[in-house]
Amino acid sequence: MTRTFSQVFSLTLVFLFIMIGFTGHLPAADMELLGAGATFPQPLYSKMFDAYNQQYKIKVNYQGIGSGGGINQLIKKTVDFAGTDAFMTEKELQSAGAPVLHIPTCLGAVVLAYNLPGSPRLNFTPETIAGIFMGTITKWNDPQIASANPGIALPNLTMSPVHRADGSGTTFIFTEYLAKANNAWKEKMGVGKSVNWPAGSIGQKGNPGIAGYVKQTPGAIGYVELLYAIQNKMAYGNVKNKAGKFIEPSLRSVSAAANVKIPDDTNVSLTNTDAAAGYPISGFTWLIFFKEQNYGGKTKERAATLAKLLMWSVGNGQRHVEPLQYAPLSKEAAAKSVKIIGSMTYNGAPLLK
Amino acid sequence: MIRQSKKLTRHIDRSERAFTFILTLSGGFIVLLLLGVLGTLFINAIPAIREFGVFFFIARTWNAASETFGALPFLVGTLATSFLALLISIPFSIAISLLLGEYYKNGVVSGFLRSAVEVLAGIPSVIYGLWGLFLLMPGVRFIEMQIGVAPQGVGILTSSLILAIMIIPFSASIGREVITLVPGDLKEAAYSLGATRFEVIRNIVIPYARSGIIAGILLALGRAIGETMAVTMLIGNSNFLPTSIFSPANTMASVIANEFAEATGVTSASLIYVALVLFFVTIIVNIAGAYVIQKLSIESSREVT
Repeated sequence: MTRTFSQVFSLTLVFLFIMIGFTGHLPAADMELLGAGATFPQPLYSKMFDAYNQQYKIKVNYQGIGSGGGINQLIKKTVDFAGTDAFMTEKELQSAGAPVLHIPTCLGAVVLAYNLPGSPRLNFTPETIAGIFMGTITKWNDPQIASANPGIALPNLTMSPVHRADGSGTTFIFTEYLAKANNAWKEKMGVGKSVNWPAGSIGQKGNPGIAGYVKQTPGAIGYVELLYAIQNKMAYGNVKNKAGKFIEPSLRSVSAAANVKIPDDTNVSLTNTDAAAGYPISGFTWLIFFKEQNYGGKTKERAATLAKLLMWSVGNGQRHVEPLQYAPLSKEAAAKSVKIIGSMTYNGAPLLK
Repeated sequence: MIRQSKKLTRHIDRSERAFTFILTLSGGFIVLLLLGVLGTLFINAIPAIREFGVFFFIARTWNAASETFGALPFLVGTLATSFLALLISIPFSIAISLLLGEYYKNGVVSGFLRSAVEVLAGIPSVIYGLWGLFLLMPGVRFIEMQIGVAPQGVGILTSSLILAIMIIPFSASIGREVITLVPGDLKEAAYSLGATRFEVIRNIVIPYARSGIIAGILLALGRAIGETMAVTMLIGNSNFLPTSIFSPANTMASVIANEFAEATGVTSASLIYVALVLFFVTIIVNIAGAYVIQKLSIESSREVT
């Protein structure tokens, strides 16, 4: 009896040690590239990396843990690259200790989805959106909404705004847009992955949480990714852009938002875009990685594999973007990305010729 | 013969020692684990402890944009939902435990009911959350419209209702267990004195089983305090002090689950600080529970004898 006990016990111990041993080190020898970060482009990355694996026999493991988590993992050097919906802040770039490069992979958009009888397509101005989410507009037949929607009979229904309860790149793009387009928002609410929503405003976790609440609640309005609204057949509205036009969110109008001058480091915010045909709540999502790849015992071969993957994702890999309802990169943005990948080094020497 | 038995004793001695050693090691490991969790939480919360001090748990602002953090809204949310859920669940769980422990001890009805309760305990909380979103939320919304408060459907009441349903199986199954343990002689003695069934339950069964019933209720409270997923889906996740049982709020477990993935720097440290507060709340509830059970069991044994 005791022998079996101690046998079981020692086996458990051995097993535990093996587990600890496995989690403790990075698989540096085998060629599985590791990435982590933003959940918004995760469906696209899964599709792209799967296609890449079939073609080039290189496994890429991308975990959707959120942009903030991705940046943390990259700084801790536990991943080869990370995904983020917001360009890294000055503070984050400093804490990385070494130069970090960004390349955009696609564009996403945030739309206003709502639950109203008859699901009319409504027009929203920045002022009405800010008013709804700051709690100053409380009824659907508010004159501010009515004046932007002539000919549509708006019900006398209480408005239930719903925001993302989890920190999220979607919230970042949404609040960044409002801060640029509306002064009251800029002063009271600010920009962030989570902001101080007014008391009484409902929060729900993730796009599914928002969608679930909006579908269940007549009069509810929330913001979700375009992809999500289309897939779930939700009613969503047009938004007035800087040029004064009400723009319907679509792949074309989101792509058009990037028709602005792109800086060399691709650090550009597309929200409230100057482009006349662009949907104003759009933004890039980026892949980030270290410029100097010789760190933490990484081989040159592994670094070169990463560079090739990145090159592919802004080149041939772009053909996977549109079928999944993301907006592809413009030629200019792709060209800038190629240049950035070309600046990656190993021991100071360029990685790719 | 003597030599052989000596050898045998020695062998038993050795295996006894090994067995004791293994048991001690396992026990010690649990303590070590608890201290490890506490230590990790404390170390990772240090930036927030420095920034917001020990009175973090009574500060009422949680604003990630300005990086000011206080845990009071979540502390209140956790305690309000848990205790409200407990209040709602108590009549049902006691009724179920009496029914299964006293009225239908055996038989088809009992078997069916008992397995239904067990299944209820095993359902993943996300399913409770979804069910609440599709059924409970419109119901609460309807009530809110009738009495004229903001018809949001989610909030403290909705999450307390779902929590109550989730914890009933725990307190009910423990309650049933202790009620079946009430000695038959005591009950028969009461019957022989002419007591009715209700009088037996009130004067014999409940006092005798009281400490066990309370223990089950406290175990359920522990589960309610820590429950995350279902609550997140139904509480409305508003980082303000709730003003009524209909208003949206947030709990400690829920805010950690929601915001941790994207948190960096002092925000992440503050969330870990919230976890530390939750850790202590759980410990306090456990200690208080142990004290109450001890006190009640002494009283009830006096009452019966």
